[in-house]
Amino acid sequence: MIDVAAWIGPYPFRHLPHPDPEVLVRVLERDGLAGAWVGYLPAAWQRDPAPGNAALFAALKPFPTLRPAPVIRPDWPGWERALDAALERGAAAIRAYPMHWGMGAADSRMHSLAAACGARAVPLLLTTRFEDLRQRSPLDVAGDLTAAHVRALARGDASVRLIVTGAGREMLEETHWGLTPDEQRRVHWDFAWVWGPPEDHLAHLFRTLGAERFVYGTHWPLRLTQSPRANLDLLPPEFANASMTDASTLAARVP
Amino acid sequence: MTHASSLCGPAPLIDAHAHFYHALAGRSDWARVNGARLRAGDRIGVTYHVASILGSYGHTSPTYFPSPADVTAGNDIMAAFAAEEQRRVRWYVAVNPNHTAHALAEIRRGAGQGAIGVKLLASRRADDPLLDPVCALAGALGLPVLHHIWQHRTREWPNQEISDGCDLARLAVRHPGVAFILAHLGGGGDWAHTLPAVRDSPNIYPDLSGSGVDRGMLDAALDALGAQRLLWACDLTMETGLAKLRALDVIGLDENDMADIRWRNAARLFPDDAFPACEAVRVS
Repeated sequence: MIDVAAWIGPYPFRHLPHPDPEVLVRVLERDGLAGAWVGYLPAAWQRDPAPGNAALFAALKPFPTLRPAPVIRPDWPGWERALDAALERGAAAIRAYPMHWGMGAADSRMHSLAAACGARAVPLLLTTRFEDLRQRSPLDVAGDLTAAHVRALARGDASVRLIVTGAGREMLEETHWGLTPDEQRRVHWDFAWVWGPPEDHLAHLFRTLGAERFVYGTHWPLRLTQSPRANLDLLPPEFANASMTDASTLAARVP
Repeated sequence: MTHASSLCGPAPLIDAHAHFYHALAGRSDWARVNGARLRAGDRIGVTYHVASILGSYGHTSPTYFPSPADVTAGNDIMAAFAAEEQRRVRWYVAVNPNHTAHALAEIRRGAGQGAIGVKLLASRRADDPLLDPVCALAGALGLPVLHHIWQHRTREWPNQEISDGCDLARLAVRHPGVAFILAHLGGGGDWAHTLPAVRDSPNIYPDLSGSGVDRGMLDAALDALGAQRLLWACDLTMETGLAKLRALDVIGLDENDMADIRWRNAARLFPDDAFPACEAVRVS
């Protein structure tokens, strides 16, 4: 199993201890994970993603279990060239932050990016949130990714593959049941923000959506990596052999 | 009694902040949720759940502003459930301090029925004088007060009259003989504000519950307050409670500090005979 939701680099709104790739490698080994798709955390708040992507590729180069998931911003000149270059350099997935870029659910530029990723068989990775809304800095005004964004992108093109991280039960269900079966199959989710017992939201979602709709994401270095593992450990016994999707089967092929 | 096969081992473990539901709370799956808490508690290795019922949870009066009738009904159900689950459940008597005479009567009645603490919600700001008679009575009966807290109150939020660590510190200094449990350090708002807010209030003990699992929170809490001021708890998300226990292991706490957070701090704050299964371990 690999972690689809990891970053390196500092966070603008609070101090994060050791957000460094060598620390991430040790954490993954400790937690029995085979690797991670890694983003550059400050990139969500930077206008031009290119310098952050360059820093990401350079920082991950010594660590073969860490695959880059760089940002491609579809309103930036030359983004398609940047996308191809990122894939050439071994990107496993492409990150986009439409809320931080002020792009609504119907924004044609996001649809173009999703379609371009689909045409290249690379998943598009969307982050619902970095922090709980209740603790967010007044300067952090982007808001959570909406279910409408995910539905619109999933419907946009039959080649689109989406992985959505950080969603809770409500957003997951609002999205999933608003898609056709074919569209549903092209969206995967992590469960880092899904509640376990006693509400048992994760068990409910495994039961109703299917465990195969889920991949593993920790949100390191923002959150304790122990949390998703704890959620799996506390599932009711009927889910002891639940079979989630290993995201490495969804990744862009190494060139 | 916990079992060696539980995820966190056989050592005592007290969840100092739990809730149970009931048939009058407007949700049809209340028994399933209660059962899930007990199931997950056994799996984790929880020796005791210290729980409260918050009136009707919004069904007939607001969760954080429960009517006196709903407070009484909830406490009655909680007392009965704790009696039924005597082996693993203890309880807080919940009160709404806006109804002073009723609140005081409920505390006396609850203590007589075995309540081991007082639960204050978000019905009145923590530093309001209306809380003084409630805290004075809790102190006289030797009961700790678990107070719902929003970590850093930067504005008002709907459905609650929120209080933060600074508000609770102003109450705590007026009642130095009362132990105040600051609810859910990871439960919403900015925990980094709470730690300096209560650092100089030795009778405030944050519980670690809440859905928030920010990296750095546990280390910062230990640095600011020390292991003797922190209580393990889950509140509404038991997977985050388990995650925090495992993270405390990774931090490398020594055996004494871990035992303090797992159960010994709680055993110190609550009445002497509240947790016999834990005390049996201490004696052995």
